[in-house]
Parts: sequence; C-alpha cells; structure tokens
Amino acid sequence: MEGFRNQTVRWAIGVIAALALPILNPNPYHLDVLTNALLYALLALGLNLIVGLAGLLHLGYAAFFAIGAYTYGLLNLHWHWPFWIGMIPAAIVAGLSGVCLGVPALRVRGDYLAIVTLGFGEIVRIAFTNLEQWTGGPNGLLGIAHPKIWIPGRGLIDFGVASMPYYYLVCITTAAVAVVCVRLSRSRIGRAWVAIREDELAASCMGVPVLQLKLLAQGCGGAIAGLAGAIFASKQGTVTPDSFDFILSVMVLAMVVLGGLGSIRGAILGALLLGSLPELLRWFEQYRMLLFGLTMIVMMRLRPQGLFGRSSQGLAPDRAHAGSA
Amino acid sequence: MTPLQLFCQQLANGLTLGAIYALIALGYTMIYGVIQLINFAHGELFMVGAYVALTLVLLSSAGPLPSGIPWWMTLLVCGLGSMAAAGMLGAAIERFAYRPIRHAPRLNALITAIGMSFFLQNALMLLYGATDRHFPNPIPLTRWEVGGVTVTLMQLVVWAASGLLMVGLQLLVMSTKLGMAMRATAQDLKACALLGIPVDRIIATTFVIGSAFAAMGGMLFGLHYGTINFHDGYLMGLKAFTAAVLGGIGNIPGAMVGGLVLGLLEGLGAGYLSSQWKNVFAFLILVVLLLFKPRGLLGERVADRA
Repeated sequence: MEGFRNQTVRWAIGVIAALALPILNPNPYHLDVLTNALLYALLALGLNLIVGLAGLLHLGYAAFFAIGAYTYGLLNLHWHWPFWIGMIPAAIVAGLSGVCLGVPALRVRGDYLAIVTLGFGEIVRIAFTNLEQWTGGPNGLLGIAHPKIWIPGRGLIDFGVASMPYYYLVCITTAAVAVVCVRLSRSRIGRAWVAIREDELAASCMGVPVLQLKLLAQGCGGAIAGLAGAIFASKQGTVTPDSFDFILSVMVLAMVVLGGLGSIRGAILGALLLGSLPELLRWFEQYRMLLFGLTMIVMMRLRPQGLFGRSSQGLAPDRAHAGSA
Repeated sequence: MTPLQLFCQQLANGLTLGAIYALIALGYTMIYGVIQLINFAHGELFMVGAYVALTLVLLSSAGPLPSGIPWWMTLLVCGLGSMAAAGMLGAAIERFAYRPIRHAPRLNALITAIGMSFFLQNALMLLYGATDRHFPNPIPLTRWEVGGVTVTLMQLVVWAASGLLMVGLQLLVMSTKLGMAMRATAQDLKACALLGIPVDRIIATTFVIGSAFAAMGGMLFGLHYGTINFHDGYLMGLKAFTAAVLGGIGNIPGAMVGGLVLGLLEGLGAGYLSSQWKNVFAFLILVVLLLFKPRGLLGERVADRA
C-alpha cells in the first residue's frame, strides 16, 4: 500500500507540475513544443497497449492517427460537428478500424504482422492522398474548426491559434488516458495481455481468449490514436496526408521502446524526450536529424531495456521467444 | 499498339524495376536470415550506392581519364566502386551498431536500425544536398524493336547485371564453404559457434554482400531514372522489403522471385489500372498474399521461426 501511495503522490506531482508550467513559463514556442510532445505521449500510450502489453509489433500506427484526424475533419467540414462531439466518433472509427485490421492481420505473427501493419499504414496514407473527391488529395482538408469552450462570464471562447489552451487540452487528455491505461493494465484484461505477450500458447491453454483480447488491444490502441488525431486536426486546422507517414509510426514505436515496453510512465517520458529532442537539437540546424538518429542508436546500446523497463527476458521477444512473438 | 504488344511492353518495364527490387531484397533477406533483423538502414545503403556511383560517373567523365574508354568499362568500374564502398559501410554498421546489441531484445535492434536509417539518410542529405541530382548515363541510347516491343540497352544492362549477380550469389551460397557456413549460421547461430564456425565473420560477410547488392541496385536505379534524391532510399527500401517478405523472408531464391513478381505486378498495375495507386498495389498484394500464404511464396524454411 505504501508503494501505491508513493506512486500516486509522484503522479500527482507530475500532473500539478504540468498544469502549472504555462503559468511559470508562458513562452508560446516552448508550450507548442511541449504540446506536440504530449500529443506524441498520447500516441505512445496507445501503442504501448498494442506493442508493450499485448506484444503485437505494429508498424502502421500512424494510420489510426490519420483516421481519427480525417474523421473529425470531415465531420466538422461537412456537418459542422463541434470538436467535443466530433472527437468521439473519431476515436470510435479509429478503434473500429483497428479491430477490422486485426481480424485478418492477426492470422500472421511476429515480423510478418509487423509488415502487414506497415502495409496497412501505407495503404491508408496513399488512400487519403488519392481519394481527392473526399479528402482533398495531397492538399488535405482545410479550415477545420478549432475547439470552442464556454467560460462563465466570458462567453464562448475559440481556442484559435494560441498555444496555451491546446497545451491544457492535450495535457488533461493525456493524463486521463494514462489513468485509464494504468487501470486497464492492472485489470484482468491487462494481465491477460501480458500473459499473451509472454507465452501465447500457455495463455490460450489457460483459457485466455487470445484472439478477442488481441483485437481489443488493437481497438483500444486505435481509439487512443483516433482521439489524438482529432485533437491534432483541431489544433492544426488542416490535415494533410503527409503528416501521417511511416516515420511517425516509427517515432512512436521508438518512444515506447525507449520508455520501456509495457511501462506507462516510460511511454510518456519516452515521448516527451524523443518528441522534444528534434526541437532541442534545433540549435544544430541541419545536423539535428543526424544527431537524432545517433541518439536512438546510443540509447539502445546503453539502456536496452528502456528507461523504465524491467530487464526480464520476457518483456520483449528475443530469439528464444521469437516463435511466440 | 496491339493489346499483346502493350502487355509485353509493360512486362519489360516491370522486369527492369523488378530486377532492381530483387537486388535490394536479397540483402534484406540474407541479413534477416542470419540475425532475424529487419535492417531498416538497408534502403539507405542502396542510396549510398547510388550516390557513390554518381560521384564515380561524374569523376570519370570530368576527370583525368582518357575519353576513349568504352561505356561498359566506366560502368563496371563505377559499379564495383560503389559496391565496395557500400559493402565496407555495411560491415562497419554491423560491427559498431548491431553487433553490440545482438543479444538484446529484438525490438532494440529494430530501433537501432531505424536510428541508423535516419543517420545515414541525413548524412547523405548533408553531403549531396537535398535537391534531385541528375545522374548522367554513359550507356548509349540504343533501342531495339522486337515484335513491336521496345527494349533499350539500358534495360538489357539492368537485366544482365542483376542476373549475373544473382547467379553468382546462388553459386556462392550453394557451392562454396563460405556459403555453407552462411546457410548453417542462418539455421542455428549457437550451434555454429560451438562447431567452430566464425559466426561474427560470417555475419559481417553477409552484411558486406547484402550492402554491395543494394549498392548495385542503387546504381542501376540512378541510371534507369536519371535523377536521384536522398530520400528515394526510403520507399525503395520499403518496396524491396515487401518483395523479400513476398518471397518468404530469409529465403534467397524467394527474394529474387519476390522482387520480380513485385516489379511485374507494379508495372502491369500502373499500365492497366492507375499509376496513382501504384504504391498501394505493392502493399495490397503483400497483405493479401500473407493472409493466404502467411510465410510468403517460397518461405517454407523459416516456418518454425518467423
């Protein structure tokens, strides 16, 4: 119980620090960088459910993000759905597409699954580029409404292009999703996911409904990415297909691995670190992506289990476990 | 043009692209075979090969060399030079990035490979600039009409170069001691080490050969398209990987078949359906194939491990 209380206190300190930050440092550029990093954290939390807990290597995660962003964008442009309502179908559609992808894709395993999901990611991106009559093609959707909020005494306020409201929006969403993820990972479902990750055959022998749970992992992960996509679309006001390329999927995966597979605070910290690193390295101008790649290599070498991963064998499938990965 | 001629023309174009895919896919499949790593940096090695070849072609046309040397000689020197450069780079990457984490979880190696890909891609951008570079073609613009189908000398060069390399590789892998050691390492690395096979050297050799093949693919790509850009390696790498999986990853003949099949399907798809959706076909075919034949076309051998 003591450990649990300590953790709660630490989480609370983290949340309060995050909420107080814009007051201490109202620099809009810094806030914008942090907002983007937190959006990455949201994605990393979702992918952590799929890769970290259920052990399904997914290389097309950006597709769910794209589906969420386009769902909200289209609902807003055609039927003027406000953000607060539009984000719900965005999450649902992305989650359902995760399940729909899962039904055929989960028949293959390991690296083949990775490649099917990679293919899915590319197909979705190219489809959004080519379906010009609906998605605006390479130019994307323009003029998506920013969220509006009603504050007593000040009326309806549009978020506009300011950075602070989005910072709070993303911050609160990420914290809420993180709480859900923590609860989920400790629940019966979360423990069943870990069991599948560690040994699928043993899990199914013990009566764990493997396929349903894998689909559920894909669905939950997809829904979180869809939510992130809706926030992204409302923040940017535009959605273009090239924001959702393979590099994004890879970046989110790198964040999850860097944080330590299966660790929720790891996913958040990994995302904050990798998400803000390109901006921190901006001083190096054109060398920054070079250094970014180098950092990834060095980190993997120095701390292979990630920042918060346990060094136990089973956490990630190695050679011996490759068959069940 | 009759429908049959059109079909044959698309076939010829597809075969050219497929031969290049096959060359790159071979490296993916060989490296995956020995250490089960999806080497994401492979597409960048392909680009390194293309840029080294470009440098050599530019040097040979502007340098102190006599102008009388035949074009195939220039091409041979450039090809060998870029293969040697990429091979050495591949061995260095294996030694300094992948070997230290060979026993870490597999995802770590994957992330390292992705980091290496970012690193190389940006190194190339810094060295050669971010804009398209024109690739001067020393091959004469000879073309033949065979029953109404145009075949260029360029295409013949691509077929000949990739065909020779593939036959050479098949001979190397199937009938030399080194090849036997490579096959053994792919089957069981630990047992090989116990039996005294220098597995580290075998793995390094695999990287050298794979990278050299990618470099040749890069040169042929540059010659075929006439311009290269530092981020071409990404999509080509992805397609070649698709080809490797299509044929059954870890399987050398599979990579050749997969590359050719992918090139043909893309050529035909672009010709008959829509060139806009060309890149979707590749992945759609892959997804559909894996659903019905989850180990690829020829991938029986790795069935217990993948």
